[in-house]
Amino acid sequence: MVDIPYEGIEGIPPAEVPDVELYHPRSWWTRYVFSQDAKVIAIQYSLTASAIGLVALVLSWLMRLQLGFPGTFSFIDANQYLQFITMHGMIMVIYLLTALFLGGFGNYLIPLMVGARDMVFPYVNMLSYWVYLLAVLVLASTFFVPGGPTGAGWTLYPPQAILSGTPGQDWGIILMMSSLILFIIGFTMGGLNYVVTVLQARTRGMTLMRLPLTVWGIFTATVMALLAFPALFVASVMLLLDRLLGTSFFMPSLVEMGTLSKYGGGSPLLFQHLFWFFGHPEVYIVALPAFGIVSDLISTHARKNIFGYRMMVWAIVAIGALSFIVWAHHMYVSGMFPQFGYFFATTTLIIAIPTAIKVYNWVLTLWRGDIHLRVPMLFALGFIITFVNGGLTGLFLGNVVVDVPLSDTMFVVAHFHMVMGVAPIMVVLGAIYHWYPKVTGRMLNDALGKFHFWVTFLGAYLIFFPMHYLGLLGVPRRYFELGDAAFIPTSAHSLNAFISVVALTVGFSQMVFLFNLAWSLFKGEASGGNPWRATTLEWQTPETPPGHGNWGKELPIVYRWAYDYSVPGAAEDFIPQNQPPRATQLIQGAAS
Amino acid sequence: MAETVLTHSGQSTARLEGWRGIAADWASDQRAFKNVSWGKAMMWIFLLSDTFIFSCFLLSYMTARMSTTLPWPNPSEVFALNIGGKHIPLILIAIMTFVLISSSGTMAMAVNFGYRRDRVRTAILMLVTAAFGATFVGMQAFEWTKLIMEGVRPWGNPWGAAQFGSSFFMITGFHGTHVTIGVIFLIAIARKVFRGDFDVERRGFFTSRKGYYEIVEIMGLYWHFVDLVWVFIFAFFYLW
Repeated sequence: MVDIPYEGIEGIPPAEVPDVELYHPRSWWTRYVFSQDAKVIAIQYSLTASAIGLVALVLSWLMRLQLGFPGTFSFIDANQYLQFITMHGMIMVIYLLTALFLGGFGNYLIPLMVGARDMVFPYVNMLSYWVYLLAVLVLASTFFVPGGPTGAGWTLYPPQAILSGTPGQDWGIILMMSSLILFIIGFTMGGLNYVVTVLQARTRGMTLMRLPLTVWGIFTATVMALLAFPALFVASVMLLLDRLLGTSFFMPSLVEMGTLSKYGGGSPLLFQHLFWFFGHPEVYIVALPAFGIVSDLISTHARKNIFGYRMMVWAIVAIGALSFIVWAHHMYVSGMFPQFGYFFATTTLIIAIPTAIKVYNWVLTLWRGDIHLRVPMLFALGFIITFVNGGLTGLFLGNVVVDVPLSDTMFVVAHFHMVMGVAPIMVVLGAIYHWYPKVTGRMLNDALGKFHFWVTFLGAYLIFFPMHYLGLLGVPRRYFELGDAAFIPTSAHSLNAFISVVALTVGFSQMVFLFNLAWSLFKGEASGGNPWRATTLEWQTPETPPGHGNWGKELPIVYRWAYDYSVPGAAEDFIPQNQPPRATQLIQGAAS
Repeated sequence: MAETVLTHSGQSTARLEGWRGIAADWASDQRAFKNVSWGKAMMWIFLLSDTFIFSCFLLSYMTARMSTTLPWPNPSEVFALNIGGKHIPLILIAIMTFVLISSSGTMAMAVNFGYRRDRVRTAILMLVTAAFGATFVGMQAFEWTKLIMEGVRPWGNPWGAAQFGSSFFMITGFHGTHVTIGVIFLIAIARKVFRGDFDVERRGFFTSRKGYYEIVEIMGLYWHFVDLVWVFIFAFFYLW
């Protein structure tokens, strides 16, 4: 980029936007409940997402109980198993990961990292959370309606999603669609805030190419979400109309329970196209914030500037753009025109290039760094390993001829859990260990954290690595029980039991983490404002946790990029973004 | 959040030309889009997102129309009216389109007077726009009633593919909802303009924040977008 010299003090441009006027809460209700402060909204988002995420975690235990020990647990029947699968997938992907990364981390970090006092439209931001909460409540209510939640699989493919025979056909599917529509409305209100805040409300000196990669990741993911969720919105509306009004957008004429159904003339493939036009970008809506956050964790805890910052930014943007033209690689077995498969396989494999750039740059950032193996760093390293692993199996599934036999097997389950389940969750956990001191003013317990990491990381590997092998054997996904199929050896059954035991162990070890969160809130060691000695703006706030308006009287002024770690000649091994160059020179003079 | 309408870019040095200028602007300090307020940026990005929604709706309609097995009803027959004993195809829709496009004209005039801080004229023109919008929705209600009386339902119709009624009610309904929301906001903002809220910096009831005359222009962006979408619906639904 071309540097334009500015008039003004020390090369810093004058403020283009007058300082904003904050809305000051006057009561307990507007301060903590109907709060317009992005930080409070972030915590509300995070707690709600975690709460519904715990439900999904319990569902996964129930599924594993059934898979590992079929026939042992009489309280799980085949219909329920399908319902567990569906709700586990939908909750984890949308209501937990999307909401946590964008609504949680986005709300907390964007204003702090770009040097703003709040999001640009705090009122709309508040509405966003309450609509999201409503969506979660509608979703959770499906567990209590007649027929229970839908069991259509998280992809909700018609025709089966709305036909009798699929569990939850009465209420579950209707409420699921309604909940998705609400989620998208709520997300749009928040997403507009995040995008406009990054684009138009940065503090003086914060050019786009000085943004921390966390902000780049969340920003790009939000833009993608604003363009991808419309497809899901439309698909949900149409499926809802098919179910409620008897339209036939997605429904061909078919025989249902021995009688010709009222439907006819619709296209089930249309739903798949709409769903995956949303669904594939969704993978990167979850992954890009993780990429961004992990870059910052690695750079901070390796005390080294991120390698190839500009390439990292372009890789994020390129992945975001490419992810809109790969969706049909989820549909190789759907009966598409075969040459489409060739096109989508090509675009899919091209994504490996920017992704590989990112992985190499993370590794090169670690190269000869002053690596501190603190808990956030452990999780960041765990992320790199699980992500590379999941990415490599993506190369298998991205190729049509390899995908066709592997499709609908446990291999697919192992792949996407590795790449968009475990890997982003690693980042979420690492990020919580990293930013918890800023949010609460206290450190999380280190010993519990290390225990949590090793159990989670090794456990996740023991769960999902053998699952690839099950997939290669041809063990199908989504099956309630395997029965006595000749091609499945008995060892596969023992492996399933083993996976279940590990999964329950890893699941329960998360309770250690929850205990740590609660315990440290009161008993944790006081952290001070900048425990990791990090450069980015959120660590330079006058108060910890940051007060209303974030910055006290004066907005910070940014003089440098976010990665001045271990600068030769500098007195400290980090230089905050808001430290003026003159002050640095003085220190340098003193040091020499 | 309170913000003032921006009048200068703050960048006093010379701008670069062409692509380098665009790149420098985008990557520049504080704001990617100079002289664009937060509200306006947000509306543009929202409209981009909404464009994707309408595109998905229209693409789905086209897919349904091309893949259905039964014949598609002939739009110029279905959307014809008998006026004075004559069978005139597409007459109602022509009038509706004319009304909606006219409302874009009055909206543009309202924006113009808004910039001149002409309270009364701005408010009146916004109300006229709202009236055009309400007329449009009214005529749409008439058209729906007529089709329903003739036996068109979301799940079927007397002339052919059931997807005709499904797509028609869904897409025009979704667009009509947009127009209706627009009418409500037009009336609310016209009231604020007329009362002089933006001159005395009165705070909003819900948000407790001051408004600015620029909201008229932002409202205009939305309104022109809804009109533009109608042109596409008109072309793809009635003329195909």
